[in-house]
Amino acid sequence: MIVLLFGVSFITFAIFYLLPSANPALLRAGHQPTAALIKSIEHRLGLDKPWYVQYYDYMKALVLHFNFGYSYQYQTPVRSMIFSRLPATVSLALGAAVVWLTIGIIVGTISAVRRQSRLDRATMGASLVAISAPPYWLGLVSLFLFATDIGKFHIFPGAGSYVPLTQDPVHWFTSMILPWLVLAAGFAAIYARLLRGNLTEVMAEDYIRTARAKGLPERTVIVRHGLRAAITPLVSAAGVDIGVLLGGVILIETVFNIPGIGRLAYDSITNGDLPMIQGTVLIGAFFIVILNLIVDIAYAFIDPRVRY
Amino acid sequence: MAGGPLLQVEDLRVQFVTDDGVVHAVDGVSYTVDAGRTLGIVGESGSGKTVSSLTTMGLTRGRSTRISGRITFEGQELLTASAEELRRIRGDEIAMIFQDPLSSLHPFYKVGTQLSEAVRTHRDVSKAVARDRAIEMLELVGIPDPARRVDQYPHEFSGGMRQRAMIAMALANEPKLLIADEPTTALDVTVQAQILALLDDLQRRLGMAIIIITHDLGVVAETADEIAVMYAGRIVEHGSVGQIFNSPEHPYTWGLLKSIPRMDTTRDDELVPISGRPPSLIHRPGGCFFHPRCPYVQESHRRIDPKLEQVPSDVGHEVACLLAPEVRVSIWNGLRSGLSSDSLRGLAAEVDGAGRATAAEPVAGEAGE
Repeated sequence: MIVLLFGVSFITFAIFYLLPSANPALLRAGHQPTAALIKSIEHRLGLDKPWYVQYYDYMKALVLHFNFGYSYQYQTPVRSMIFSRLPATVSLALGAAVVWLTIGIIVGTISAVRRQSRLDRATMGASLVAISAPPYWLGLVSLFLFATDIGKFHIFPGAGSYVPLTQDPVHWFTSMILPWLVLAAGFAAIYARLLRGNLTEVMAEDYIRTARAKGLPERTVIVRHGLRAAITPLVSAAGVDIGVLLGGVILIETVFNIPGIGRLAYDSITNGDLPMIQGTVLIGAFFIVILNLIVDIAYAFIDPRVRY
Repeated sequence: MAGGPLLQVEDLRVQFVTDDGVVHAVDGVSYTVDAGRTLGIVGESGSGKTVSSLTTMGLTRGRSTRISGRITFEGQELLTASAEELRRIRGDEIAMIFQDPLSSLHPFYKVGTQLSEAVRTHRDVSKAVARDRAIEMLELVGIPDPARRVDQYPHEFSGGMRQRAMIAMALANEPKLLIADEPTTALDVTVQAQILALLDDLQRRLGMAIIIITHDLGVVAETADEIAVMYAGRIVEHGSVGQIFNSPEHPYTWGLLKSIPRMDTTRDDELVPISGRPPSLIHRPGGCFFHPRCPYVQESHRRIDPKLEQVPSDVGHEVACLLAPEVRVSIWNGLRSGLSSDSLRGLAAEVDGAGRATAAEPVAGEAGE
């Protein structure tokens, strides 16, 4: 796991240096940069050292002091910037996860049990739309329809209305509803289809026949015996997906103007702000790795046949 | 309904409507099971033996299933019973065990939990009481150290143990009828014998009736009182164990008997497989369904559909075969003495010709329809 994070940091570094990109010093030197000015900026940022020395310095600070360096752009510690942005992204990702898991599981189960019914066809059709719709488009459409400022129907607060949970929980909640729904739409559709397939397969298993032969009510057969077995692949999928989202939800954060990791990453890339890019990439990788670990551990609890 | 049979199946027909056509899975099957007795249903896969039992349990109901006939259990009509009424009977009055005990137990729940669940579905008892019952049942079916085993998962059990656990689960509510669908097929031969002995023993102790479904005549020889041989969704022969093994009447039963190894014959007595495959249940052959595979087939057999009829002078023995009774006796005697079906084929032709000359045989067959 640690090795993996090292690898990720190295690759980010390598991409930044080995592939052509704008010179960060040049971006900061004003409209009429002189060679001397660029040189001095390069020196101040440490860009004049060989790349491996820079990498070594960076990793040393990171490992020894948990220091992600200073942003070229803002001159502030990357760590504190990331941590200040984290709550917004976590609210967005976890809230959306709750929404899509709830919708996905309910819709998927009903579709599997009532296969080929009208309800099944309707939801599966709708899910195709939800999967195909690009989230930024869905976000914009939802804003134009429902936002209090620019929408046709003034229902939900629009873009840029995010406030931290600690400041005003009610406002936080209402401002997150649209982003959650938009972000969750595609995932809910994918999960519903995934679960529909799994559950359909599981319901044909011998142990489901046994459960019915025992005389269990059909609801118990579906939930306790069917869903219990069909849901395991969703757990691993959810782990990975949540991990990815915690590392920043670039499109949704941009559309709804939510100050999260995704926006931070986007801004830092446009500004050639290496320490910030490095920091956001690492935090993203960290979440993916951690969530995978949690999934593996969770599996041992879900499936008694799995032992470590 | 005192004195009547425990389970009575009359003219049961089960059809599945599929994209390819209508599957005639069970086609006019009748049998009865008396309390405390064992009926063996024998046939190849696809002969309808499992479907008929699942239908008894109400487990084949569905939008694409057509069911007709009558099934009465202790006087209660099962085919017209509501789903809820059937659910109450399932696992309580009628229980079922299946072929593959590993896939039939839920992999994520402890054996004890699955057993307690069966108890608590039908009895209003506390978890602790249900658990005690689970341990008691595991002990009854001969699982050592049941107090520890009750908290283990199915994958921690051996194959034979799992089937014992399945039996424990099925018997937890002391059903009056146990349907055992190929209960030993997935098990080692040595374990098979143990499980059959266990079923026998439990039947004697608990006094339940058993329907044992199998493709293995060896299994029913030891356990059953009566045997019904099924082919292509119909019963083609029905009688006591003695009748089926000593004087079988149907060419298909002959085939089954000749294809199992016997210890009391010499080695050079070869096993004879039944040639061909079971017919499609969508496009069934005309006439006798067995005619494409029957070594003794005559021209008229392709047209006339035989009916299950009493074997002359053998009470309780029924067969659906167009060959004349005396021809059947002489062919079986020939087969038993080691002659091949090829050499006996002539017997069928001679008499069939004679029969057709008088036109007695086909007319009798048709009149019976």
